[in-house]
Amino acid sequence: MPGHFEPVPGGGAAVALDDVEISIIRSLAVQLLELIGPGPGGDAEEDPLAELFAEGPSEPPTDAVLRRLFPDAYGGPAADEEGASPQDADELRAYSSEFRRFTENDLRAGKREDALAVIRSLDELSPAGEGGAVLKLGHEDSIRWMRALNDLRLAIGTRLEIDDEQDADLLYRLPDEDARKPMVMAYLWLGGLQETLVDTLTP
Amino acid sequence: MGPVTAPAPLEIEQPETTEDLSAVPEPDVPWITLVHNDPVNLMSYVTYVFQTYFGYSKDKATKLMLDVHHKGRAVVSSGTREEMERDVQAMHGYGLWATLQQDRK
Repeated sequence: MPGHFEPVPGGGAAVALDDVEISIIRSLAVQLLELIGPGPGGDAEEDPLAELFAEGPSEPPTDAVLRRLFPDAYGGPAADEEGASPQDADELRAYSSEFRRFTENDLRAGKREDALAVIRSLDELSPAGEGGAVLKLGHEDSIRWMRALNDLRLAIGTRLEIDDEQDADLLYRLPDEDARKPMVMAYLWLGGLQETLVDTLTP
Repeated sequence: MGPVTAPAPLEIEQPETTEDLSAVPEPDVPWITLVHNDPVNLMSYVTYVFQTYFGYSKDKATKLMLDVHHKGRAVVSSGTREEMERDVQAMHGYGLWATLQQDRK
């Protein structure tokens, strides 16, 4: 059961986590939250209506992880292969900007909520015997955890520069002294957690 | 054969005669949502998203996931531009790399 979610009879999923695992997941989720940043109103108590109508950014994020989490909606590899003309490229950029203005705030809020759900459920754990605890998730939290684990893996994968299947395969064969090794171990472990959580949810 | 979401309502002029029933008018500007391959996203997760968000059967969702994996991308839905923007936003919410474009075929 360590590192693996199992379905709970009657719905939901459970996994046993030790203290180190709990602190790694929590710390990664906090880092992701900090990267995504607060909503358009910031941390201050702004006029909620102003926040509701606030427009999102029109430019892609400069950080590579954020660019992966919030990609352009227009263009991409298909347009590149078809050889978009400079006018087409300008048009695609303009469409992508408009899409960002109307969606990115909501997308950021959703990813923030998912990461917060992870932190909340870890903070509510009650210790079980010799360190560690059993995390039990209901259906809604299972879905939030599944999406958050995916976001964390996308973030780590981007930092590790996993751009294709060959890159992913190479990671399995890193020597122990490689500086990336701890991050790779975390990446693979989170993958196992996500995979088994998806299994408990798959219809 | 492309997967299709709920079709946009079409105003179909009733033909005077009943001869050619196969001549169904195409929507003016069909748009499509593409999901692109990504070495990080798990195959089981991508299949799960296609099943639960689009309501596709396990077989159809698995086939689309394999197309993404082997061909680099797959058309996962088609419809109006507004519908495809909604689908792309939902895919981004799940962390899938998706774009929309007009179906130039």
